[in-house]
Amino acid sequence: MRKTGPYTKKVIEYFRNPKNFGKIKNPDGIGKVGNAVCGDTMWLYIKVGKDKEGEEIIKDIKFETFGCVAALATSSVITDLAKGKTLRAAMKIDRNKIVKSLGGLPPIKIHCSVLAASALSEAIYDYLRKMKKEIPKELQMKHQRTEKEKKEIEKRYKDWIKVEKGMHKKLP
Amino acid sequence: MSKNKIYLDYASTTPIDPKVMKIMLPYLSEKFGNTMSLHSFGQEAKLALDESREKVANLIGAKNAEIVFTGSATESNNLALKGVVLANKNKGRHIIISSIEHPCIVESAKWLEKQGFEIDKLKVDKCGLVDQKEVKKLIKKDTILVSVMHANNEIGTIEPIKEIGEICKKRGIFFHTDAAQTLGKIPIDVNKMNIDLLTASSHKMYGPKGVGFLFIREGIRVEPILHGGGQEFGLRSSTVNVADIVGFAKACEICQKSMKKEERRLIKLRDKLVFKILKKVEFSKLNGHPKKRLPNNINFSFSFIEGEALVIQLDLLGIAASTGSACSSAKLEPSHVLLAIGLRPQEAHGSLRLSLGRWTTEKEIDKVFKVLVKAIKRLRKISPFKKI
Repeated sequence: MRKTGPYTKKVIEYFRNPKNFGKIKNPDGIGKVGNAVCGDTMWLYIKVGKDKEGEEIIKDIKFETFGCVAALATSSVITDLAKGKTLRAAMKIDRNKIVKSLGGLPPIKIHCSVLAASALSEAIYDYLRKMKKEIPKELQMKHQRTEKEKKEIEKRYKDWIKVEKGMHKKLP
Repeated sequence: MSKNKIYLDYASTTPIDPKVMKIMLPYLSEKFGNTMSLHSFGQEAKLALDESREKVANLIGAKNAEIVFTGSATESNNLALKGVVLANKNKGRHIIISSIEHPCIVESAKWLEKQGFEIDKLKVDKCGLVDQKEVKKLIKKDTILVSVMHANNEIGTIEPIKEIGEICKKRGIFFHTDAAQTLGKIPIDVNKMNIDLLTASSHKMYGPKGVGFLFIREGIRVEPILHGGGQEFGLRSSTVNVADIVGFAKACEICQKSMKKEERRLIKLRDKLVFKILKKVEFSKLNGHPKKRLPNNINFSFSFIEGEALVIQLDLLGIAASTGSACSSAKLEPSHVLLAIGLRPQEAHGSLRLSLGRWTTEKEIDKVFKVLVKAIKRLRKISPFKKI
């Protein structure tokens, strides 16, 4: 099988035909992770519903991503993995599951799968917080870790981010 | 090359010209001799080496004995920097390079810094041009070498090396230029352009890989890096790679004959694509100098999308290009060249280099434009930053 760049067939398939990309109007939760200044940015939107047993599930999920092939493929695959799952099950989707579903990622691109997993956790966290529901400890810890990383990046790229923000304001 | 694929990465490497390949073949079979041997096989190889040296020297206005064949442009650059500095350390310990040099210059300079030499880097303006005034400003009493590339490999900007060379000449400082991207594409005369040392590469100009040369002006002392049998005037010991050198010389000869016409042809194609993109693709920015640039180089930044994804997307659509994006590099850092010309990291992430060559046609350029527009549109659709 001819490889495209350093990627598996599955990764390229998800890159070529991304599932669930776009915005959700009035989402129940949004997870925004990464930073365009240093690389990838993923925005994940979720809509929460209930299954037959009355447990909360991810009824709809969409993504918007700025990034490389791996970033786009991991965003796409995580929406596939999470759609229809209970929130409890969705929270457990981690980078290993993502990498496995893609048939592997180059070592240097593993951080993309971490980013995708954080985006989903953040979206669920956002939903639970807004609804004033109890947030599981594990999810809280994940959120704190993501926040901490965000701050570290902001500190490292302080000057650039200022410029970026200015630029985004100017856009239509 | 496959017929339905379009190769626009000639700045990375070029295919061998069939005429070059043809002339090389006997030196891989019956004319296999070692240039150091006294018998007829050896003398046949030696003659081919001498003739090749003359052809190569001819292209840049050098003397035969001023050309040292090496294994690559990287090797030539290493030899130029380390060799000159180590052989002339009694004269001074200060070296100046530009901030947009190829990694093999940057890393050689870093190595010299570790050995106790002092390095200064010349800034460039937003078009990638080195300022001659800054050269004068940075020169110190103990400056021994200035190295500024002839044209940049990523953004294609052509540096004012004649003027920089003149400044160095007046002050008795050696001037080296890396001409890997320019030899055979635009005219070079080492005497008129005040060049003391010049690096060149064969595989960027339709010759074989694994061979380059370093021009060293007569009288300049250089310390060899490879010690051994004393080939190449004692400056580069290794059994001489005759077949590749013969090919390299043929490639030089072809370029010399066709340069003027080819330069005009490529500039026309280049500008056609550049203007079309600038006119039709929103939020696109041409990187590098609009006029003082390589005839075959195009470098754009497209906002809201990432270069690696764009390159892979284009590859899937049959077009080979390259990017200075962080995601495509082993270090996950954006190109130092794009940052040096003042691009924000996000713009550097969205960079695309298209480099044209001998077999690029107008039909291909038209097709590339169409496919590129499609690819950018698609990736922007997925991006959170902008909806087109």
